[in-house]
Amino acid sequence: MNIGMAFALLGAALATGLAGWGSAKGVGIAGQAAAGVVAEDPSQFAKVLILELLPGTQGIYGLLVAFITLANIGVLGGNPVTDLPTGLMYLGACLPIAIAGLGSGIYQGKTSAASIGLVAKKPDQFGKAMLFPAMVETYAILALLVSILAVTNIR
Amino acid sequence: MAIVPMQQVSICALKKDRKAILEKLQSMGVMEIVPMEQTEGLAVMDTLASRQQFERNAALLEQALSVLAEHVPEPKSLLASFEGKEKISGRDKMATILRRDRTMERAGKLVRLARSQSENRQRIGKLTAQIESLRPWENLGLPLNFKGTEKAAVFLGTLPAGVTAEQASALIREKAGEDVPFELETVTQTPEALYIGVLCLKEHAAAVESALRAEGFARPSSPTHRLPARKIERLQKEIESLKQTNEELEADIRGMAEDRESFKRAADYFRTRAEKYRILGELSQSETAFFVTGYVPKKAVPAVEKAIGEGYGAAVEVSDLAADDPGPTLLHNNAFAESVEGVLESYGLPTKGHVDPSAIMSVFYVFFFGMMFSDGGYGLIMMAACGFVWWKYGKTLKDSMRKMVKLFFWCGVSTAFWGFMYGGFFGDAIDVVGRTFFGYTGEGSILKPLWFEPMREPMRLLVWCMFFGLIHLFFGLGIKGYEYLKDKDYVGFVSDVLSWFLFLLGLIFMLLPSSLFSSIAGDAFDFSWAAALAVPAKVLTIVGLLLILVMQERAQKNWVLRILLGAYDIYGVTGWLSDILSYSRLLALGLATGVIAQVINMMGSMGGKTVFGAIMFVIVFIVGHALNFAINVLGAYVHTNRLQFVEFFGKFYEGGGKPFEAFKTVNQYTEVEEEAS
Repeated sequence: MNIGMAFALLGAALATGLAGWGSAKGVGIAGQAAAGVVAEDPSQFAKVLILELLPGTQGIYGLLVAFITLANIGVLGGNPVTDLPTGLMYLGACLPIAIAGLGSGIYQGKTSAASIGLVAKKPDQFGKAMLFPAMVETYAILALLVSILAVTNIR
Repeated sequence: MAIVPMQQVSICALKKDRKAILEKLQSMGVMEIVPMEQTEGLAVMDTLASRQQFERNAALLEQALSVLAEHVPEPKSLLASFEGKEKISGRDKMATILRRDRTMERAGKLVRLARSQSENRQRIGKLTAQIESLRPWENLGLPLNFKGTEKAAVFLGTLPAGVTAEQASALIREKAGEDVPFELETVTQTPEALYIGVLCLKEHAAAVESALRAEGFARPSSPTHRLPARKIERLQKEIESLKQTNEELEADIRGMAEDRESFKRAADYFRTRAEKYRILGELSQSETAFFVTGYVPKKAVPAVEKAIGEGYGAAVEVSDLAADDPGPTLLHNNAFAESVEGVLESYGLPTKGHVDPSAIMSVFYVFFFGMMFSDGGYGLIMMAACGFVWWKYGKTLKDSMRKMVKLFFWCGVSTAFWGFMYGGFFGDAIDVVGRTFFGYTGEGSILKPLWFEPMREPMRLLVWCMFFGLIHLFFGLGIKGYEYLKDKDYVGFVSDVLSWFLFLLGLIFMLLPSSLFSSIAGDAFDFSWAAALAVPAKVLTIVGLLLILVMQERAQKNWVLRILLGAYDIYGVTGWLSDILSYSRLLALGLATGVIAQVINMMGSMGGKTVFGAIMFVIVFIVGHALNFAINVLGAYVHTNRLQFVEFFGKFYEGGGKPFEAFKTVNQYTEVEEEAS
């Protein structure tokens, strides 16, 4: 084990940790709004549940990047990292999804909560309500893409 | 494959045929009736009272049905929600109408039974609470409202918890004076309070009472003239009899379960009548005639003319819609394309004169959904589940539900297709099982991808995703061009559509051979052939650019402004870039499904090749893949919608159509089969 490996692991940890934090907070915010709506109108459960789950994807993206990283750096297979630059490269590659995952998760949660309010007032507008949180998610997807491309192309 | 053309139909008929004609129109269900403007000499009938009566009847029947659902739940299977409406014959309907008064009576009785049952339950709760408050006094030999004898006063009541009998005695002695004789007896002590009785001479009553009050003494909340034990017994007897009554009521309620069918039918009957009276209240009528106008799909017009015009000798006037009247929108598509109509409707229906994008959208929808979900196993499960529902309940299913099930069936097919293209079947389950439990040691995976594995060549797939995206967007722009051509607006077609096609295609062919692009695409693609097209590409770009610059803002009279705004429009190319980049989610979500599935399989196989390991694998496999399926089906659904709504519709679609709402029977439970006559 060496310092390069430590940085690579730190990258994987940040990817799951920060993105997971963002998702947890986002789903939490949306969940509170969802519970309020279901208290008034239990028949909206399925719709608001879908909206609540939308900010949950960032955590999964983080897990995904962490897993690819672990599979590449010798923890779950692949070749162990032996030098500092490579380790830092992995850390850098993990950062996009870590940072964008944290931020977008929270903001997507707020948007989801607003959309849940929309569905509560106009249940027939579900299609549009779903679109607003999906807009926020775009940036998590872009970050995921950069992270995946970067991690898989190191060495 | 398009929006159904509508015609305006006006009917003028004799008043005596009014109800019959309305009933006929209602059962045909092809006409959306428009309220008429008030005209002099024509009156509108006030039907509010009878309509409300029908609605109240329907509400009472619903209430009775919910009572039945609570006491005698209908045996329902998991798939019952797909089972649609019960089919009844015209004779059954007649029977329902004839028996409606009796049905209402029964429903009223049922609701009353349920109400008295719940009142009894409340009463039992109250009595139980009363018993609880009497319980501590049970051993007292005096009635609770006993105040004393001729000479002696008696105080019965409670002291707050924490005060002991000794403390209370000491306090009375202190407050009322040492020489006052009294007797304090503890009846019961509970954690909440101390139950006491105090006996003293009447002349000392006031002093003793004030001393007790200072300590927080309170008289019993429900004093009775009976002995507590006797009272408790009486209350218990009353509870018993109430319970008995409730059991009898319960039996009565259960006995009415056989009325469920007639309640349902009658509820539908009253709802339909309420709807008829709503329309009736909107009709203009003179003393002898009445008028109806509304929209009818062109195809159904001859049937209306025949049924109403010939059947009742009414005057039926048919005209095309006025140019400024958009009319309601009804879609008609082939069996495959109609499955996305629900998705389209959630965004907004197209209006008259525009293109119904369902056909093109359905192809891309299914294609993109499959790319994002992309797993052979998941796809087969989706196909099997939706296919089963479609096959079993396809005939009785509500229309919108049937379309949805069909859509997901096709999405399942596409998911399985892309799964095998990428070599994913529950992730890498086949490999993991082979290696862990069957000692497979060969190189590479057992299930070879038909195309290539996205994890190994993500850049290659990324370029393909953008290519698919570009085609999708070009189709969108193409539809816009088609609408221009259909309206014979050739200038608009050249300056708004053709110019962009030229500009974008030119740009793409200029960029393809550049080093910038090849560094992105890596060695997966060789675009050097495009270098030969450099000159035509440049020409295309410049022609397109000039067209946009000069023509895009053609409505602008000021030439300086027109060119400046045109230059700004060219900036719109960044919008195209971000739209195309947006299709990278096809790659990202496709990878997400595969990689999470791999993580699940890996966790499952950690137990190794043992019995325990095999059991663990099965459990982790089922739970993990169920979770992954749920998360990713949601993601694929949401993001496929997004690609359609934002990127695709952004190029041409406006929506804003009003759905066609025919005047028809309002049946929730039953469907009357029209007899062949």
